Amino acid sequence: MIVLIKRPTPSRFWAYTTPLLAVLATMIAGGLLFAALGKNPVEAIKVIFWDPLFGANAAYFRSQLLVKAAPLILIAAGLAVGFRAGIWNIGAEGQYIIGALCGASVALAAYPAESAWLFPAMVVAGLLGGFLWGMIPAALRVVFGTSEILVSLMLVYVAQNLLAYAAFGPLKNPQGYGFPGSRNLQQYPSAHNPELIAGTGAHWGVVAALIAVIGAYVLMHRHIAGFRIRVAGEAPRAARFAGVVPARLVVTCLGLSGALAGLAGLFEVSGPNGQITDSFNAGYGFTAIIVAFLGRLHPLGILLAGLLMALTYIGGDMAQLMLGLPAAAIQVFQGMLLFFLLGFDLLTNYRIRMTGAHA
Amino acid sequence: MTGTMLLDIVGLRKAYPGVVANDDVGFAVAPGEVHALLGENGAGKSTLVKMIYGLVKPDAGTMRLMGQPYEPAEPRAARAAGVAMVFQHFSLFEALSVAENVALGMESPPPMRDLARRIREISTTYGLPLDPARTVGDLSAGERQRVEIIRCLLQDPKLLIMDEPTSVLTPQEVEILFHTLRKLAAEGTAILYISHKLEEIRALCDSATILRGGKVVGSCIPREKTARELAEMMVGGEFAATDRAGRSLGAPVLEVRALSLAPMSQFGPALREVSLTLRAGEVLGIGGVAGNGQEELLATLAGERPSAPGTVILKGAEVAHLGPNERRAMGLLSAPEERLGHAAVPAMSLTENTLLTGTIRRPLIRQGFIDMGAAKSFAEEIITAFDVRTPGAHVAARALSGGNLQKYVIGREVLQAPDVLIVNQPTWGVDAAAAAAIRQALLDLAAKGAGVIVISQDLDELMEIADNFCALYEGRLSAPRPTEGLTLEEIGLMLGGAHGMTDVLAKEAAR
Repeated sequence: MIVLIKRPTPSRFWAYTTPLLAVLATMIAGGLLFAALGKNPVEAIKVIFWDPLFGANAAYFRSQLLVKAAPLILIAAGLAVGFRAGIWNIGAEGQYIIGALCGASVALAAYPAESAWLFPAMVVAGLLGGFLWGMIPAALRVVFGTSEILVSLMLVYVAQNLLAYAAFGPLKNPQGYGFPGSRNLQQYPSAHNPELIAGTGAHWGVVAALIAVIGAYVLMHRHIAGFRIRVAGEAPRAARFAGVVPARLVVTCLGLSGALAGLAGLFEVSGPNGQITDSFNAGYGFTAIIVAFLGRLHPLGILLAGLLMALTYIGGDMAQLMLGLPAAAIQVFQGMLLFFLLGFDLLTNYRIRMTGAHA
Repeated sequence: MTGTMLLDIVGLRKAYPGVVANDDVGFAVAPGEVHALLGENGAGKSTLVKMIYGLVKPDAGTMRLMGQPYEPAEPRAARAAGVAMVFQHFSLFEALSVAENVALGMESPPPMRDLARRIREISTTYGLPLDPARTVGDLSAGERQRVEIIRCLLQDPKLLIMDEPTSVLTPQEVEILFHTLRKLAAEGTAILYISHKLEEIRALCDSATILRGGKVVGSCIPREKTARELAEMMVGGEFAATDRAGRSLGAPVLEVRALSLAPMSQFGPALREVSLTLRAGEVLGIGGVAGNGQEELLATLAGERPSAPGTVILKGAEVAHLGPNERRAMGLLSAPEERLGHAAVPAMSLTENTLLTGTIRRPLIRQGFIDMGAAKSFAEEIITAFDVRTPGAHVAARALSGGNLQKYVIGREVLQAPDVLIVNQPTWGVDAAAAAAIRQALLDLAAKGAGVIVISQDLDELMEIADNFCALYEGRLSAPRPTEGLTLEEIGLMLGGAHGMTDVLAKEAAR
C-alpha cells in the first residue's frame, strides 16, 4: 500500500525537480500516445522539442519562440500574483481581447496621422482596457460576493462577441473590399510594434514581458506587499491579522493581471498579428494559466515555462505539418504537461512510503 | 493480581523517527477505578491512549483487557472490546441534530425513534440531560461533550478514556461531569482520565501514573499529594512560581464602549454591548468557555473587523475604524488563539512569520522592501528570549510543536513592547514550565506599564495573573471584579452557570 506522509517543511529539492520530472514524464507518455497513433515516438518528440531550436530553418523558429512566449509570460506573470493570493482570474483571454481592441481603436481613430505619441497612447489604452475588464469580476466579487472564476471566464465569451462585432462593424477596414477585419497596423508606422532587433522576434511585448518578470519577482519576493499577497493565499485569516483588506486584494490582483493581459493583447495586435479579426485571439490567455502553474507561480519559473510552452506550440505545429499528427494529439500532449506537473507537485509537500499490504 | 485487573499494560513501546514517544510503559487499571495519566505535553500520554484505542500500533509490549490479550488493529476493534474514548476535540456536525450525530458514529444505528429514546434514558440515568432533537450548532461546549459521552455510553464500555475533558467546561459543568464519572465508576466502569488540571485529578482520581519523556516515572494516589508535589513529579524538579509584585495601575489605555457586532459565522456568537476599561499596568482576565465570543472579541479589538464609531478608544484616540496595522502603530498588539493559520502562516519560516505583525514597530522593512537580515535576527531574538525549541529560524511554523509555536507567537508580540497586548489562550497546550514563563512575561510587560488583556478558559491561570476578572458569556461581558477574594463558585455563576443544570444538582442534593 502507498502511504503519503506530509513533510513538516516543504522540500526545496522537489520544488525544483518536479518541473523537470514532469517534462520527462510528458515526453514518455506523449511518446506512447504518438506510438499508439502509429508515429515514430522518438521522431515526434524530436520534431517538437529539438527541431525548432536546432533543426533546419531553426533561425526562423527561434524568432517565433520569443513571439509566442512573450504574451504567455506577460499574462502568466500577472496571473501568478493573483493565484498566489488565491484569486483565480480565469478570464485573461477576455482581458487580452479587450486590451487589443482598445489599443487598436486608438490607433484606428488616429489613422492616418503620424505621431511619436500614438504608440505610447495605444499602450496605455491596452493596459486600461484589460484593467477595466478585470475590474468587472473584481467589483462583482467585492460587492455581491460572486465567484471571480465564473465571472471572469464568462466575460471571455462576451469579449469574443465584442471582438467579432468590432471586426465586422466599427473597426472594419473601409478599404478592405468588404472582408471582415481592421486595417493592418503593421502598415501604419506610428502604430506598428516592430521587431526591435531583426531576426530575433523581439518586439516591445518581449521587453514588457521581461520587465513584468523582474517586477513580479521584486514584488513577490522582496516587497512586503508581495509577502502579504502570499500570506493571503496560504492563510487568509493570518492575512487579515496582518492587516490585509480582502476587497483591496481582489481589486489589486484582478486589476494587475487584467492590465498585463491587456498589454499582451495590444502588443500582439500592433505587432505580430497586426489586425483585429474575429479570430484574433489564439488562446494565449488560457495557456498562460498552464504556464503560471508550470512555472510554479514563480516569475523566473514562468519565464522558463513560457519558453517551453511556446516551444511545444511551434514544435506541435511542425509535428502536425510534417508527421501528420492530429491537432488534438498535440493538445493532449500539452495537457499532459500540466497533469504531470500537478501530480508530481505532491512530492514537494508529501513523502511517499510503501508499506506492507495490511489493512 | 493480573486476573482482577481490567486493563494491564506491560513494556509498551512506540518510536517515531527521531523520538521515542513511549518506552517500556506499564500500568494497570482495576474495574471501577478512575485512573489519571499525568504528564507534560510531549510526555507521551496521547501516544499511549492512541495505542489503547487502536489508533496507533505499538512496536513492542503487551496489553491485556480483562485477562485476554488485547491488540486492537483499529478503533472499531477497540470499541468492540469495550474501550470507548471521548476526545478533546469533538467530532460533531453542527448542522445535524444530537441523535443524528450519535447515529453517524454507530456501526448499525437503530431507527431514529428508538435511538432518541435510548439517548433520553442514558442521559437521565447519568444526570446528563440532553434533548436528542436539538441541533448541535446551538449547544454549548459542555452540552456537546455530553453528546460525545452519551455516544460512548451507548456502547456500554468497560473502559472509558477521557482526554482533557474539562478544558471547555464551566466549574458547574465540571461538577456534573464528575458526578457522572463517579456514578459510572461505581457501576464498575474503569475510567482513564487525562488532564493537566491537578486539583481536578486530586478530587476525582483513585490513582495516577506519571509519565515524563515517554517513560513512567512514578505512580501515586493523588489525594495524598499536594498539587505542587504532583506538578514537580511531572516536571521532574521544582519550577518557579510567577511573581506578580511591583505593579500599580495607571491611566486607562484601552476603553471599549457598548461594542456590538454581528456573528462572524453561522453558529458563531454575536458581541453584545461589550464594555471594558483597561488601565496601564493592569492585567485584565476574561474568562469563559470557548465559543462565547472570545475569538470575535480579539479579532475586533485587534482591528480585523471595524466596529461602530466611538466603541474602541486607544490611549484617548478613537480607533474603531482603524485596521490592525494602524492599531499596531499606536501600540495595540494581539496574539490570537489559533496559532496555525491565524497567528502564524503554517508553511512559512519563523523568519517570514515575523513579517506578519512585526513590520510596524520593528525596522524589518525599508520603504516597503523586506530586510531579511533584520527579520532573521528578530526571529532569533524571539527564539532565544522565549526558549523556542527549534533547529533554527528557517524552519516552517507548522514543524514546531504547539507549545513552542505558542512561545514564538507570544514572544513576537511581547518583544515589540506594546502598550496594550491582547492574548487569547496564551498557554493552551503549553507545558507547565513554558506556561509559567509565558505568564511571567505577561506580568513583566504589565509591570513596565502596559495594559494586558488575557482571554483564557483556564480559570486558575486567570486567578494567578489577573488583577481584575470579567466573564464572557454568549457575547456579553460581565462587569469586572477584582480577582482577590473571588471564589470559583462566583466565577462559575458569572460564566453562565451550568446551562440549566443547576436544578438537577439541587434535586440530587435533596434526595
